[in-house]
Amino acid sequence: MVPNVASQTADSRPPPLREPFTKAFRWMLLARTLDDKLASLYRAGKIHGGVFLGRGHEALAASVGLALRPGDVYAPLIRDLAGRLAFGEPVLDVVRTFMGSALGPMRGRDGNVHRGRPRESLLPMISHLGAMISVVNGVLFARRMKNLSGFVGTTTIGDGGTSTGAFHEALNQAAVEKLPLVLIVANNLYAYSTPTARQFACRDLADKAIGYGVASHAADATDLAACQEVVGRAVGRARDGHGPQMVVARLLRLCGHGEHDDASYVDPRLRQSPEGRDCLKLAEQSLLDHGWAEARQVESWREEAVQEVEAVVAQVQREPTPDPFAEDWRALSSRHLAGVYPEY
Amino acid sequence: MSITYLEAIREAQARALADDPRVFIYGQDVGTFGGAFKATKNLMKEYPGRVLDATLSEDAIVGLAVGAAIEGMRPIVEMQFADFSTVGLNQIVNQAATLFWRTQVPCPIVVRLPSGGTSGSGPFHSQSLESVYAYWPGLVVLTPATVEDAYSMLLEAIALDDPVIFCEHKLLYYHLKADRLPTEALPVGKARIARQGRDLTIVAYSAMVHEALAAAEELAPEGSQIEVVDLRSIRPLDTDTVVASVARTGRLLCVGEAWPWGGVTAEVIARVASEGFGLFDAPPQRLNAKDTPIPFHPHLWAAHRPTARSVAAAARKLLRQ
Repeated sequence: MVPNVASQTADSRPPPLREPFTKAFRWMLLARTLDDKLASLYRAGKIHGGVFLGRGHEALAASVGLALRPGDVYAPLIRDLAGRLAFGEPVLDVVRTFMGSALGPMRGRDGNVHRGRPRESLLPMISHLGAMISVVNGVLFARRMKNLSGFVGTTTIGDGGTSTGAFHEALNQAAVEKLPLVLIVANNLYAYSTPTARQFACRDLADKAIGYGVASHAADATDLAACQEVVGRAVGRARDGHGPQMVVARLLRLCGHGEHDDASYVDPRLRQSPEGRDCLKLAEQSLLDHGWAEARQVESWREEAVQEVEAVVAQVQREPTPDPFAEDWRALSSRHLAGVYPEY
Repeated sequence: MSITYLEAIREAQARALADDPRVFIYGQDVGTFGGAFKATKNLMKEYPGRVLDATLSEDAIVGLAVGAAIEGMRPIVEMQFADFSTVGLNQIVNQAATLFWRTQVPCPIVVRLPSGGTSGSGPFHSQSLESVYAYWPGLVVLTPATVEDAYSMLLEAIALDDPVIFCEHKLLYYHLKADRLPTEALPVGKARIARQGRDLTIVAYSAMVHEALAAAEELAPEGSQIEVVDLRSIRPLDTDTVVASVARTGRLLCVGEAWPWGGVTAEVIARVASEGFGLFDAPPQRLNAKDTPIPFHPHLWAAHRPTARSVAAAARKLLRQ
């Protein structure tokens, strides 16, 4: 039996709680502030390579990051900045990787969203979509072999990524092995420029979960309270031993694929639709409506976020860049073998 | 008592499972069935929970192994045939091969590829893919030609911190036998002089070592002394041993079962030419499979791959130059 809890209505949900909602909002705010700074650094020519932002994805991502505990596994995708920060990735790691600091976790060898700390269960994504799902499966599989329990692993995929063979293979694998995987599908209506009508023909991406014997959960990704409730439930079920869970969340990406992309292909009607609403603005309004924060308070949080980001950027701008003459140009960790292979 | 190449591979895995609790085996039909070639026969019974049947998903199989390696395990992946590893290529070359360089976290996985042609196997169960994997930095690619190497190199592969592509030749599985398992071995990364000679060097690896040795035997009565170098390891490649051999013989013939475009034979010649062009008494030559998919019919298959006869013919021609 595959429970499909997609039909649960907004009315039957428990009301949001002040503390987790506020916490998530602040991570969203920090992520948006950092994204805005990265965009302006890109325009100023201070960042080499691509800049990929998470505008519009913050509610979903922050909900994931906060639902995870130390010891859980997280393989974020390109628009998961809010989730990364909530999971514990320092702002310093983000800025160092985008700006190519030699002191960052990737030391200039990889950039922008391709960062992580595998030893701390934050896995660095590769560009090939769907490829991280089975890697998360592997970490979970190994932990079970070591008789550990109580952990979950989470990764994100987009609407386009659900068309890959890797997605199919890995979700099926997780179901067969009954792994505590929570797969977040961020259906942001476009895979780069390709609309969902050219991506899949099923009624709803949640239907794909049924085919694998995986429980699915639907969420409105513009609604922070809904995201927290749905993601929290999915993570809880995986943690309690109910096997892999898939969350399908709908939203509209509020930026280009990267900062090089003006997203002119987005149907203007979608921008005016419920999916086109800005989750950060909605969450802020919700805070004010509930009387959980005053406008002045939100403003001071925003100011705090700006100051944190500015301080980190100022620090990283003074840091050394990687030195090709000091670089260790060996790809093997077995040093004795790397030495056998002469480089020309 | 004698032990086959295939049994040596099974014994190496059994020993690794016994010695190291981090080792597990994951692949299609490796459990109760013992693998398509029986390379994991009875291992599931002997090591319950550590020899696991995988879904028919080469990409996810390797991806899972990478994740387990990040978590400190030492997975051995069995691809049912080397040919099917192309479905898992992305995880091998983009995930496993880049992980250490990107993050300083090593990726100790072994991917076993039952490789090479056998009569009647056709285009999709016969491929030799060592050159493909050797192309990517971050991988170690091994091609054992003997029972002893199959055993010792697999054990060393499992102990290495890097991802290893272990190309075991299906043609050698049953007919190649040794009296006992080795107690000592050359390390990975060192080539071996399989036969000494002074007139011509044949560089070969995997099953082609035996074709080269048979060719050398055939040429001996004609007064030609052929030196045969068994590369053992494709990446790293032991150029020093090859250059030293060519310094003795002045003639080089590289033999590989893989296709001719690029690849191991081309790499060996490029390196020897670059480091020791003056050692050549004649232009270096190479002999590979024909440049078509691998045929099914035994008559076609036997003509498609280099054999002792075609190696001997190529050597004769080179000796006359």
